[in-house]
Amino acid sequence: MNKFWERLLAIDRRIIFVVIFLALSVPIFLQIGLPIPVTSEVQILYDALEDLSRGSRILVSCDFDPGSEPELQPMTEAAFKYFIENDLKFVIIGLWPQGPIQANRAIEDINESEDDFIVENGDTLYFGEDIVVVSGDTARYGIDFINLGFQVGQELVIQRMGTSFEATFPTDKRFGLSQKEFPIMDGIYRLADFDFVFNLSAGYPGTTEWVQFAVDRFHVPVGAGNTAVQAPLAYPYLDTGQLSGILGGMKGGAEFERLVGHKARATLFMTSQTMAHIFVMLFIVVGNLAFFATMRKSDKQGLKR
Amino acid sequence: MSTEFGVWVAAFFTIGIASFLYKDNPLYKFCESVFVGISAGYWAVSLFWENLIAKMFDSVGVSYMFGFWSEKGALQDLFSGVWNWNILHVLAGILGIMMLMRLFPNIGWIARWPLSVIVGSTAGLWMITYFQSNFLSQLQKTVIPLFDTGKIQELSQIGAVMAESGRSIPFDNYFAAYLGNLVLIFGTLTGLVYFYFSKEHKGLFGKTAKVGIYFLMITFGASFGYTVMSRMSLLIGRLYFLFSTWLGFVN
Amino acid sequence: MRREIPLILTGIVGITFFIQFFVPHSPMRELSETFSDWYSIISAFAIWLGALNLMKISFEKVYKKDKDWFFAITTIVTFFLILIVGLFFSGGRQYLEQGSGFDWLYRNIYSPLSATMFALLAFFVASASYRAFRARNAQATVLLLAAFIVMAGRTPFGDWITIYLPEGWRLSNLSNIIMNYFNVAGQRAIMIGISLGVVSTSLRIILGIERSHLGGE
Repeated sequence: MNKFWERLLAIDRRIIFVVIFLALSVPIFLQIGLPIPVTSEVQILYDALEDLSRGSRILVSCDFDPGSEPELQPMTEAAFKYFIENDLKFVIIGLWPQGPIQANRAIEDINESEDDFIVENGDTLYFGEDIVVVSGDTARYGIDFINLGFQVGQELVIQRMGTSFEATFPTDKRFGLSQKEFPIMDGIYRLADFDFVFNLSAGYPGTTEWVQFAVDRFHVPVGAGNTAVQAPLAYPYLDTGQLSGILGGMKGGAEFERLVGHKARATLFMTSQTMAHIFVMLFIVVGNLAFFATMRKSDKQGLKR
Repeated sequence: MSTEFGVWVAAFFTIGIASFLYKDNPLYKFCESVFVGISAGYWAVSLFWENLIAKMFDSVGVSYMFGFWSEKGALQDLFSGVWNWNILHVLAGILGIMMLMRLFPNIGWIARWPLSVIVGSTAGLWMITYFQSNFLSQLQKTVIPLFDTGKIQELSQIGAVMAESGRSIPFDNYFAAYLGNLVLIFGTLTGLVYFYFSKEHKGLFGKTAKVGIYFLMITFGASFGYTVMSRMSLLIGRLYFLFSTWLGFVN
Repeated sequence: MRREIPLILTGIVGITFFIQFFVPHSPMRELSETFSDWYSIISAFAIWLGALNLMKISFEKVYKKDKDWFFAITTIVTFFLILIVGLFFSGGRQYLEQGSGFDWLYRNIYSPLSATMFALLAFFVASASYRAFRARNAQATVLLLAAFIVMAGRTPFGDWITIYLPEGWRLSNLSNIIMNYFNVAGQRAIMIGISLGVVSTSLRIILGIERSHLGGE
């Protein structure tokens, strides 16, 4: 019996890799949906967005890279869909260089239209080349949303936005024009002119910096979508009320998808996530059993000598 | 199966990196070296367009001078007799070039000047922001009543409503009302006692620190659970790309 | 002067940012805005320094034919490929746009490489869970128990195994309690400790007592 436990302890790690690969792959094929109860931290964020009036302007800070895409991209897409359906205008920026391009990908993925222009009242819109259609609602680039790109400088970028938004993000990324030329930026002179900040963060700079500057210095409400590694660090800010809600990891993304009524990738992936957790817990239990079984044997042998 | 060349390139690099799981091999090393080169290049291009052009050349007026930008900058304002603070970005450019001198060992010491601006900025900002957001606000939320009497009163109201629909009050609500504040107060204070290393952890002080360790262990256990969730999510994303986008096995 | 001027610069910039919290008016406002812009521009040069240093090391490797010098060529080629495409063949300021060469390189090379690098961690976490995480003492056992409750409670699995309990009294509720109370208490203690350290170190840097950022002579 002890030989069994010893062999189990000495198992090649590549076998563990294969088990994890199968545990995560099989549910992707089965595509089983699981019930996702909503936690209070996600509900708080959703309620904060619901409280915004139509036409409110939200600053979306995409502070993540492809390494965090499976966790944060579904949240970004769900949020954009929600903003478009509820006539909330959003301005995309990034404190990470990859963030704005990830936001562009989210916009492309949610777009249900292949048209290049729309006509209203007989006129083709000036910015009509770039439209996004979600569930019948249309968002026009430069009027309903805009991408102002990335700036290096970490928290100093947020600090700078507090006094002059135009000086911090002077140009848009789609046309290369001054941001002043776009109607969505009318009346936005500094960070406090936004009604809400939605931060999608994978590390530094991220949620902590947005809380320190946007919330505590410039008094703009901030809601956060974090990777699961970052999420536990953000809970103290939720407790103090500095944060208006947290979406933690893929689970948070799935809950948010449920609330906004657009179940997508995060919900689909929760089955694989569940299997992953089950197997990791199994590995810990079996590993400890094997360890204690072999330890007991070597203790007994030690006593005999 | 995808017919897009780009998707096949992406799949090639995905499998190349994943081949490391079997063992270190030349394909992995090739993909790793591509990643290093392309990451550095990505940052360089982003910063050129977003910072050097938009923040420096445009604001100083060099872009306008050469016809690459339609808005006037600090130089044009100066020539018109108007002071524009953006002219000081020229000094930032000079400091930036000093930073690049680090590449040359003989004059690399000059890079300390721009570095001191970076370090000074961060030090000045963090001194206030960390104190305000991470110390005062957090401490304020630790000095709270031992029992949340508001939530205790709410419980009886919620209880009546939920009893009518045949449901029980969730356990979290009871915990929040009767034990939540106690956990927050004692957990934070005992955790802080543990981190106080200027006094030996003996006697009552030592016992308090030991309680603090247990609260911290629960914190780290929660962090570990979330870390597992995070890492597994990343793998699920990659597997979905391979099975759905590349191979087309899944819709 | 090699150390004195940087120390003076650190002090001036640090004090400016400190004072501007309390005096947000002219000229402190303009001064802090200027220094913020300087920070951005210098950071951009610092990252360019990193990229150029990487090229310097790679070229040296190729020149001296060190171990794995072939892969250094790959690094150099890919760096210049994305640099040239991004600067000259991607529409200038609109380099992020869909369909540009830069965007293609990002989507099909950079993005899968970055994502897969991090995805490998999942395998190593699973392997470490099996081979390294041991409940050797009471504290480690508490840690593992908390991890179990959070891992189970944050997925539907937690409610499945406690389905015999009434709704609201299952594992997901226990994981909510751990995250919203125990986790907050521990993280708060760590946060307060770190903030005190940051404040004292920042003060030492501004006053010139801490000079490690200047390096050796």
